Amino acid sequence: MVPRRGGGLMRGAQTAELLGGPPPGVPESMGLISGFDEALEHGLARLGAQRAAALAGLAGALGGTAVGGPAREAVAKLSAGSVAREHLVALAGARSALLGAVHDALLGQCDAALGRKRAAWDREPEPATPTGPGEAAQAWLQELAVAGWRGLDQGHVDGADRPVEALLADPAAGRGLAVLLDGLAAELRACAPIGPGEQVPTRRWADLWSRAMLLARQPAPAAAIAEQVTGRLLPLGVDVLEHGTAVQVLVYGLLEVAGAAPRLVRAGVTAAKTDTISGPAVWRLLTAFPLLLTALAQHRSLEVREMPASADGKLVWEEERAALGEPADPFATARVLLPEALAPATAPLDRHPVQLNELVLLESYKTQGESWAVDGQSLRVETDRLPAAGPLTPALLKASTACIGLLRHDGAGWLLRPLAVQAKSKGAITAYHGGDWALGPTDPKVVKAESKSGDPVAVLRERAGRLLRR
Amino acid sequence: MVTEASWAGDPLARVLPAVKPRKLAKVPFVELAEGRLQGVVSSGSDIDRVYVSSIAAGSHGRHGRSCSTNNNRPCGGLNGPYMCKHLQALVAEAVMQYGQDRVARYLGAEVPEGGALASWLRGSKEPAPAAAVFSRFLRHLAYLEVPASTAVEPEMQWFRGAGAA
Repeated sequence: MVPRRGGGLMRGAQTAELLGGPPPGVPESMGLISGFDEALEHGLARLGAQRAAALAGLAGALGGTAVGGPAREAVAKLSAGSVAREHLVALAGARSALLGAVHDALLGQCDAALGRKRAAWDREPEPATPTGPGEAAQAWLQELAVAGWRGLDQGHVDGADRPVEALLADPAAGRGLAVLLDGLAAELRACAPIGPGEQVPTRRWADLWSRAMLLARQPAPAAAIAEQVTGRLLPLGVDVLEHGTAVQVLVYGLLEVAGAAPRLVRAGVTAAKTDTISGPAVWRLLTAFPLLLTALAQHRSLEVREMPASADGKLVWEEERAALGEPADPFATARVLLPEALAPATAPLDRHPVQLNELVLLESYKTQGESWAVDGQSLRVETDRLPAAGPLTPALLKASTACIGLLRHDGAGWLLRPLAVQAKSKGAITAYHGGDWALGPTDPKVVKAESKSGDPVAVLRERAGRLLRR
Repeated sequence: MVTEASWAGDPLARVLPAVKPRKLAKVPFVELAEGRLQGVVSSGSDIDRVYVSSIAAGSHGRHGRSCSTNNNRPCGGLNGPYMCKHLQALVAEAVMQYGQDRVARYLGAEVPEGGALASWLRGSKEPAPAAAVFSRFLRHLAYLEVPASTAVEPEMQWFRGAGAA
């Protein structure tokens, strides 16, 4: 049999092309990013000659682009000992632009390997206007940058509370910045003060800091709506992303609209939570979306009518514009439709390697612990970070014969994040999907463990009802 | 220099350990913050009353303790040499949520191998800002009142949870 080429089916040829090493320029760019990140680790207020040179290298790499000039000026001012907000924004922009180029190179490599067709970005940039809570957030980020991760104390960390509260109370501000600041603050709170011998998650915190700095002056996400779509949504995979105070259920699917090739889209709902609500209990925070949850738990399609969508393939989920459709096996859908699907362009601010999550279908592989052999090519698989809100386990992955997952890039190379598997058990093939527990766990062992610890959402809602409105 | 494959160079590096599931009815809120193990314990007799309890980080096995209602009435069980039942519950649930090692490390308690943390937290009554802890609890509860967002939030890609246990 000749392997079908294209569009998200991972065979040996695709895997080999993907694993052939980084695209030109990527290691050099990441070296410049590391220079900035190290400076931020130690604080931008007292740049030594070496760190000033590293920042100049970053700015220099962007010479001739729109961000090059402001970045060069920012480095000059910082080197002279002055730390102004606008200079920090310029440097965050420069870092982000360089990571954007890395993102584009990696996505190009992935699209070429998969034979994936992708839409072009054709939107005009929206004007950036800082909002009230956005300014407060930037002020906090500025304090962090002056001190550096190694100079933080608990007082610095507490500074996040007010901007986060203001952002959560302002629906127009969008949720993104609030969850970002809250997630960063929780990590800083657990780590600060950092001793001289202790390691710092240098790249991660620089990523979060830079994105927050830029997000604080973005237009509200409502401005990004490009169209309203009508058609059939076929969910293919579900990821559950969470930190202490937020959980996002992210659905990757195909949208069929009349007269066009199916499009890869995403739909996501995000609930605020407490750190004590985790695992399968998080689904109970999303009961406002019964149609979406039912479709995930029962593997059904959804008919959507005039659902708002952005140019980068994100649906804004409105239950009243959706209706439950027929049962649709995601593996069958992926086999038939994924090769033809059109992938969306990436929004400018989201051009970052962490945002590379390319949906693929793998079959005929041999599982070998943390890497799988695909026609003799060894592909790394993320087996140690499966969402606790779904049924996937390392044992199921090991027994699997087909997998829907996301190709992602972790700096060292491409790897697969599994979202669903078909696995052999007792002679029969059974499918396990990340959203199987959307209406409650289906595994008796998990049901038992849950009933033992009680329903944390109900307990805390009762406490909130009694104590909050006094 | 940060190398790509290292923890320091990983944009998705795991920083916070997983919080283990536990029953929340008795002790709805526990945290290691402000130099204390502190939290809120539901009253056993009055459903509208809670106790704000805390144990301060200390040294040589001495740790200041505090326990009062959210209206600042001191807990009657606090005066003896033993912990009141609210403090006992607080320690037990903190150990459940964070693991004994993490709580002991935060409090500066030296627990011999095989020992139970609660027996190594001697100390006496010491004032603590109960009102501030209670308002942190209310802030914690207020997250459950925030409406869900229906947009895809790309920021969440940096937060993958601690993974299934």
